[in-house]
Amino acid sequence: MYAPHTPTDIREMLDAVGVASLEELLRVPAAIALAEPLAVPPGLPELELNRTMAAYAARNEAVAFTSFLGAGSYRHYVPPVVPAIAMRGEFLTAYTPYQAEVSQGYLQAIYEWQTYVCLLTGLDIANASVYDGATALAEAAIMAVNATGRRALLVSPAVHPNYRAVLRTYARGLEIEVDELQFCSEDGTTGFDALATQLAGERYAAVVAQSPNFFGCIDVPAETARAAIQSSGTVLIGVVAEAMSLGALAPPAAWGADIAAGEAQSFGNPVAYGGPYVGFIATNKAHMRRIPGRLVGRTVDGTGKLAYTLTLQAREQHIRREKATSNICTNQAHCALCATVYLAALGATGLRRCATLNVERTHAMAERVTAVGGFSRRFAAPTFNELAIRVPAGTSGAAVLAALRERRILGGVDLGRWYPDLADCILMTATELTTDAEIDALGAALGAIAKEPQVVRN
Amino acid sequence: MAQPDGLLYSKEHEWAKIEGEVATIGITDYAQNSLGDIVYVELPRVGQALAAHASIGVVESVKAVSELFSPVAGEVLEINPALEKDPATVNRDAFGEGWMYKVKVAGPPADLLDAAEYDRFVASA
Repeated sequence: MYAPHTPTDIREMLDAVGVASLEELLRVPAAIALAEPLAVPPGLPELELNRTMAAYAARNEAVAFTSFLGAGSYRHYVPPVVPAIAMRGEFLTAYTPYQAEVSQGYLQAIYEWQTYVCLLTGLDIANASVYDGATALAEAAIMAVNATGRRALLVSPAVHPNYRAVLRTYARGLEIEVDELQFCSEDGTTGFDALATQLAGERYAAVVAQSPNFFGCIDVPAETARAAIQSSGTVLIGVVAEAMSLGALAPPAAWGADIAAGEAQSFGNPVAYGGPYVGFIATNKAHMRRIPGRLVGRTVDGTGKLAYTLTLQAREQHIRREKATSNICTNQAHCALCATVYLAALGATGLRRCATLNVERTHAMAERVTAVGGFSRRFAAPTFNELAIRVPAGTSGAAVLAALRERRILGGVDLGRWYPDLADCILMTATELTTDAEIDALGAALGAIAKEPQVVRN
Repeated sequence: MAQPDGLLYSKEHEWAKIEGEVATIGITDYAQNSLGDIVYVELPRVGQALAAHASIGVVESVKAVSELFSPVAGEVLEINPALEKDPATVNRDAFGEGWMYKVKVAGPPADLLDAAEYDRFVASA
C-alpha cells in the first residue's frame, strides 16, 4: 500500500489548518455520507479468484471477432521476445526511476528508443516518450508557439480527430487559436494550395499535417507549400499516428517536418481498452531546448567508462517550476521499452518487410471489398494500411457496421462519427495479421448485407 | 568589485549602455560569475516589443536556468549572433563581446542604478 502520510503527519497538517479531524476537513453532508462500510466482497483464495476472473473473461465475446479496426489503434504481431525482455523484474516499472543514473540499464533502453525515433523520423533529437500521440502533438504545438511567439495553429482536418480534440483542450488553456486547413474531398488529402496566402500574415506558429492521415491517405505538403511554410518562419509539425508506416514511407524530416509527433503503440504494444499508448516527439537541433520531458544522453563516467545520464534537465519542471518547457513530468518508459525491443528484434529489414506486408494486405482487402456491388473506395490518394470505403447508396456506415457485428466482424470505424459528410463511409484497416480467410469472410458478409432490405432501404 | 562607469544597472543584474535612442543590453560580470559556465542563451526576437523589467529570455548555465529581464522598454533591433555558437562569451567578457541584444528605447529608463549604486547593491546581496 502506498501510504505517504503517517498519522503524525496528518495530525500536524490538521493542526496547521485548524481542524480537529479528517471528517471535519472534508465535511461530507450527513445526507449523502455513506454510514456503513463499502459493499466490497471479502477476499478470495487464489484458485477461486482465478476461476472467477476466467469466467468474467470468457464473457468477452469480442476477442473472437474478426477485426478491421484501426483509426489510431493498430493490431500488429508482438513477438514473444518483447514480453520476455520487457517483463523482467529489472524493467518492470512504468516510471523513469527517481534515481535515474542508478538504473543504467533502463537509461540505455530509453537512449536506444530515442535513437530509433530519430532514425525513423529522420530528425536529430527525440525525448524519452510522452503519454500518447495526441499529447505528443499538443506538446509539439507548445514548442512551436514558444519558438515563434505566435499564438495560432493551422491544422489539417485530416489529422486524427481525437488528436485535434486534445490539441484544442491544451490550446484553450494556453489561449492559442486553432484554425483548420481545407480538405480535398476527392483525393482525401489536405488542401495545402492556399498556404502561401494563409501564412503571409505570419499569424501561425505551426502548420500541422498528418501522414498517413486519418483516412489512411499519404498526405504530405508539396514543395511549394513547404517553401511557404519555411519562408514565413512557420514550424511544420508532422504527425504520424501509425508508426508502422515509417517502415515503408519517407520519414517526416524528408517531407519538411521540423517536429515529428506521433504514436508508437504499433511497435510491440498490444491494443487494449484505453491503452496504454506511447507518444514520441522528435525535432531538429534548432528546437532542441524546447523539447518537453526527459532526455537521456550518452557520456563517460569519471573513470572513462560508457555511461548514460538524464540531460538538458534545466528545461524541466523540477528545476524551472512554472517556467519549464512543459509540465509533462513522466513518460511511458515501459511501453517505449516494448517498442525498443520490438524494433531491435525486427531490425530495419524486418520492419520494412512488415510495413510492406501491411500495404499488400490492405490492397487485398480493398480489392475484395470493392468487388462487392455498391462498395467503393471513397478517396483517390494512395494509402498505407487503412482506407475509407463508401457503402451502397441508401444505407450508412453505421448500419453496415452493425450488420457486420451480428456476423462477428468488426468491420472498421464509422467516419460519420467525426465527419458528417462521410456518414456513408467506413474506415477499414488491414495489417500483417489480416488473413485471406478473414478478407474473404468480410467480402462475403458485405455481399450478403448489401442484399438485406433492412440495411439497404431503396 | 568595480562596475564599469557609464552603464545603467538593474537589480536583476542586467546592464544597459544607452547611446541616443539605442540601448545595448547584457548581464553583469557578477551575474555571469554567479551562474557559472553558460551553455545557452535564449534571446528575444528582432522586432519584439519589450516592457521594462519583464522576463524576455533565459540564460542556462551548467548549474541553473535563470530568466533574463529587460532593463528598459523598447523594440529589439539586433541580437548578438555570436552567443548562439559560443554562449561562454558571456563568461569571458560580460560587458563587451558578451552583449546580448540592442533595443530602440521607448521612454526614459526607470528604476535603474548607476555603477556606484549597483556596487553597493551587489555588496549587500
